[in-house]
Amino acid sequence: MPDVHTLVNDFIIKLKKRKIEGSQATAKQTAELLRSVISSQRVPYTNQAGALIDAVKAVGEQLIAANPVELAVGNIVRRVLHIIREEDLSLTTAAMAGLNLSTVSDDEDDVDRDNYPVLSAAVVAAAARSTLRPPSLQTLLEDMPDAAAIPHTSSSGGDSEGKSKSADKSSRSRKLKHDVIEAVNELIQDIGTCHEQIAEQAVEHIHHNEVILTLGSSKTVLEFLFAAKEKKRSFRVFVAEGAPRYQGHLLAKELVARGLQTTLITDSAIFAMISRVNMVIVGAHAVMANGGVIAPVGLNMVALAAQRHAVPFVVLAGSHKLCPLYPHNPEVLLNELRSPSELLDFGEFSDCMDFRSGTGSPLLHVVNPTFDFVPPKLVSLFITDTGGHNPSYMYRLIADYYSADDLVVQRRPATGS
Amino acid sequence: MGAQKKGASRASEDPEELARVPLQAILLADSFTTKFRPITLERPKVLLPLVNAPMISYTLAWLESAGVEEVFVFCCAHSKQVITYLDNSEWFSQPNFTVTTIESHDSISAGDALRLIYERNVIHGDFVLVSGDTVSNMSLTQVLQEHKERRKKDSNAVMTVVIKRSKPSPITRQSRLGTDELFMAVDPNTKQLLYYEDKADHAKGSIYLDKLLLADKSSISLHNDKQDCYIDICSPEVLSLFTDNFDYQHLRRHFLKGLLLDDIMGYKIFTHEIHSTYAARIDNFRSYDTISKDIIQRWTYPLVPDVKFFGDSSTKLERRGMYRASDIGQSRSAQIGPFTVIGNGTKIGDNTKISNSVIGEGCSIGPNVSIEGSYIWDNVTIEDGCKLRHAIVCDGVIMKSGAVLESGVVLSFKVVIGQQFIVPSYSKVSLLQQPIKQDSDEELEYADNSTGIAEISPPIHAPDISNGEIANQQQETRCWPTSELGIGGAGYVWSVCEGGHDEEWRHSVAPIPAEKLAEVIQAAEDDLEVDPDGSSLPPSGELKLDSDSDEEYRDGSYFENEVEATFLRAVDENIKVENVVLEVNSLRLSFNKQTVHCAGAILYSMMKLALETPHNSAVELVQATTKVITKWKGLLKYYLSDIDEEIEVIMKFEDMCLESAKEFSPVFDKILYQLYDQEVIQEEAILRWDDEKRHADESDRIFVRQAETFIQWLREASEEEDEEE
Repeated sequence: MPDVHTLVNDFIIKLKKRKIEGSQATAKQTAELLRSVISSQRVPYTNQAGALIDAVKAVGEQLIAANPVELAVGNIVRRVLHIIREEDLSLTTAAMAGLNLSTVSDDEDDVDRDNYPVLSAAVVAAAARSTLRPPSLQTLLEDMPDAAAIPHTSSSGGDSEGKSKSADKSSRSRKLKHDVIEAVNELIQDIGTCHEQIAEQAVEHIHHNEVILTLGSSKTVLEFLFAAKEKKRSFRVFVAEGAPRYQGHLLAKELVARGLQTTLITDSAIFAMISRVNMVIVGAHAVMANGGVIAPVGLNMVALAAQRHAVPFVVLAGSHKLCPLYPHNPEVLLNELRSPSELLDFGEFSDCMDFRSGTGSPLLHVVNPTFDFVPPKLVSLFITDTGGHNPSYMYRLIADYYSADDLVVQRRPATGS
Repeated sequence: MGAQKKGASRASEDPEELARVPLQAILLADSFTTKFRPITLERPKVLLPLVNAPMISYTLAWLESAGVEEVFVFCCAHSKQVITYLDNSEWFSQPNFTVTTIESHDSISAGDALRLIYERNVIHGDFVLVSGDTVSNMSLTQVLQEHKERRKKDSNAVMTVVIKRSKPSPITRQSRLGTDELFMAVDPNTKQLLYYEDKADHAKGSIYLDKLLLADKSSISLHNDKQDCYIDICSPEVLSLFTDNFDYQHLRRHFLKGLLLDDIMGYKIFTHEIHSTYAARIDNFRSYDTISKDIIQRWTYPLVPDVKFFGDSSTKLERRGMYRASDIGQSRSAQIGPFTVIGNGTKIGDNTKISNSVIGEGCSIGPNVSIEGSYIWDNVTIEDGCKLRHAIVCDGVIMKSGAVLESGVVLSFKVVIGQQFIVPSYSKVSLLQQPIKQDSDEELEYADNSTGIAEISPPIHAPDISNGEIANQQQETRCWPTSELGIGGAGYVWSVCEGGHDEEWRHSVAPIPAEKLAEVIQAAEDDLEVDPDGSSLPPSGELKLDSDSDEEYRDGSYFENEVEATFLRAVDENIKVENVVLEVNSLRLSFNKQTVHCAGAILYSMMKLALETPHNSAVELVQATTKVITKWKGLLKYYLSDIDEEIEVIMKFEDMCLESAKEFSPVFDKILYQLYDQEVIQEEAILRWDDEKRHADESDRIFVRQAETFIQWLREASEEEDEEE
């Protein structure tokens, strides 16, 4: 426990200091941290899922509060919570038959552990909800292996249930924890491979002799473009430099290093160039539940230009960037203002930053926001690791990845403090 | 992350230093000054809240993020408070970051502190030396690497000083940080610091450089547009240097200047300029104000209120630079203006207006209050109708209804201001009485003795701020009874003496009054007017050795005097000719003179010397002169490389005979002959001099005629030679 605690603290400090950059790295580290939290969590005989959920939530709250701008942290926390719930559900449904047989013994249990009925009620409710939930394409596909797995667990569970209840419970708890850790591992793997999975779809989207425009730098976009190049597509890339951090310069360098025909333009030249562009492909910081995109500053401008010239605006986002929150949620901190020194040299402008004027505030204010919000209507297509989706379809994807109970993970500290 | 990177690169650079020394820092949690009085009587400066977080936490957060692994916090004044704060803070529990406190009760200066740290023997490698009032977000990677590389080449490079560019205008300097103009000379190639002067004599607007600097540097950059960030990368030698020179007290005034002046040990100091990152030190109330505002304007990102680099309070940045903690009680009708920070648990009443201010935690602010440009710390009660402009209000202050703080007021802890009372501008109010003698409160603040430093330091800076402060304290105090703060008021108004008052506006939180600004501007313009052609020192750049402007008029005689002094010294001490040549050369460079000027000046010195040797008759004078010439002809000859220069020297001698040394006029031809005889001047030069003078006025030809026979003889001799050939 203590070493997990220090791990958590370590990570929180890193988040607070803004030492981890990029949502993929953050997502991966968050998932790894939560995995170690889960594995070190001592699980009681009853309400294992509840204990795990509480543990993850407690850590998650701190993590989210540490850097509210990095939505990927919250996303991963919710994903892990969802995984716990799903695993618990699948185990419960598997054991449901056995439970029904021993209802009497269950009642006995109520006497000494009064939270158990709460769980069972919740479980039943969850089970009911999951059956009520209209099956999405995703769940339909995912149900197949689940269904295959269920008989196996139920048989083992049923056997132990019949013999000894306590033995069953410990095995079930171990089973649950094991399953959850397996699933989190899968999640980590997914985050790790999301670039490749997105890049695999590149050939379907980039055609011969096309001109692609992008802004700033995104690893996903780089891999995507490169994958298309690998498949012998020949196309040109316009890179807008992405002031004030000018990460476009780095992207251009990378692209040229990989043998792509690249043109670097200033951000202000985007509108002039957009008519020659066949497709805009950009990365995102986060994708909100309504299909809006929080993206590096300047992208809204690109999206508007693209709309004006009817150029498809494609956003690449790994599934860890899908955020179940809406941009109007009060918890969502949409933006972060960085240091003005990225724009101006302080020494050069120190006389403008002078407080001698009577009001006590300088006449020059420098604002350096990190992100833009691109409304869903400007986005033509999202490409995630599960395929291409419309902005209007985002809420469905989110329903697959997150359970509705976890959306409030952030609201608790807000009301609590 | 940074530390690991550094570690890796370092390991690869010098495999012999595989056992990596963790990067250490010394943080002086005491500024050894009294500029924050009366507040610092009760709380150490480093714990004063800066935008609702103690100053030291900014410094520690920066050190931590810059990859420093071990920090030694040197506490002196109020050391218990500092240690208690650190104990309760999270700094002791950070991974890869250890904070160790070093406590002292008798240190009175930074020098003492470093000597103590040296005795402890805790510093093993290069270290960062900062004071606990430094706010920065710079990365140390580059400067450390530069420092290490220099150290490898030259073990005398003991220190790297971080500097930052700022506008050279004195107005900006005054209004931003309230600091004096800083002049420094830097070698543009090696970035070696050659000269440092922060107390430039404003009256003259001139600085004096050691000429030797110019002699051995091919180029030199003079800057008055740099700002000292007071962040130093030091080698362990620095500590031992402090121990060796036990009179070093002040880091800049003694140590830095001492090393720069002392060329015996050959220690070198280098500079590192930062561009986009922020670094500044809170030196006085004005810089407190400025840096607070820079933080609110996010120049110090990520050390800004809404990023929780320490503490737990969650603050949110809203539109127009408003930072509000999550739990504040704000009336609907209250108007909170831009660039304001409101701390946790603060309540704000109806129709209250707040702009450009920082309000701490747990304050209760009544209705109809107006607060502008003020710093209100924690748990302050401000009743209805109060007005605050550009004031600092410490913890626990109570302002009864209708009280007014005029600009520049400082209210120390728990002061109570009575109803309707108007505190005049620049007053400092404290519950503690103003110390009557400068050392009377030694127990309260050890830093106090730093006033002694100011006394030790040469009194060249008469309008020195610290001196002003001393004067302020030495002044007979009038202890104001508590009733002087209105009905129910509590506290003593610290008196401001006349001498100190002049400095008040400089260092106060209040904006500089218009008339003072005008004065500063006027003074700056006056400085410019000294130069007849309006050319002032360029803000920076290569020093051009053109002797324009005011240098010119005194240059000639000044140079001659200098050369003469050098020469006389050489005569006295029997210095070798080569060495005199070196010295004269350096003079020549510093005055931007030609070799011919040197020759003239040396001749002048020689003649003066000859003249001063006791003599009774012209014949004796000639003999004396001959002696001098014989002895020092080598020196003179060194500067006479061609005929033109020799002619110039003859003319110079001519002038001397007419003006400064009339004794020579009767014997001009004899001495000229001597010069010829000793082969200082060639015959051709004399002949050409004669040719040049042929068409001059009769009055000009006195000496030519005097030397006529000699010249005649020369001409004949040369003709004979020609015939022989």
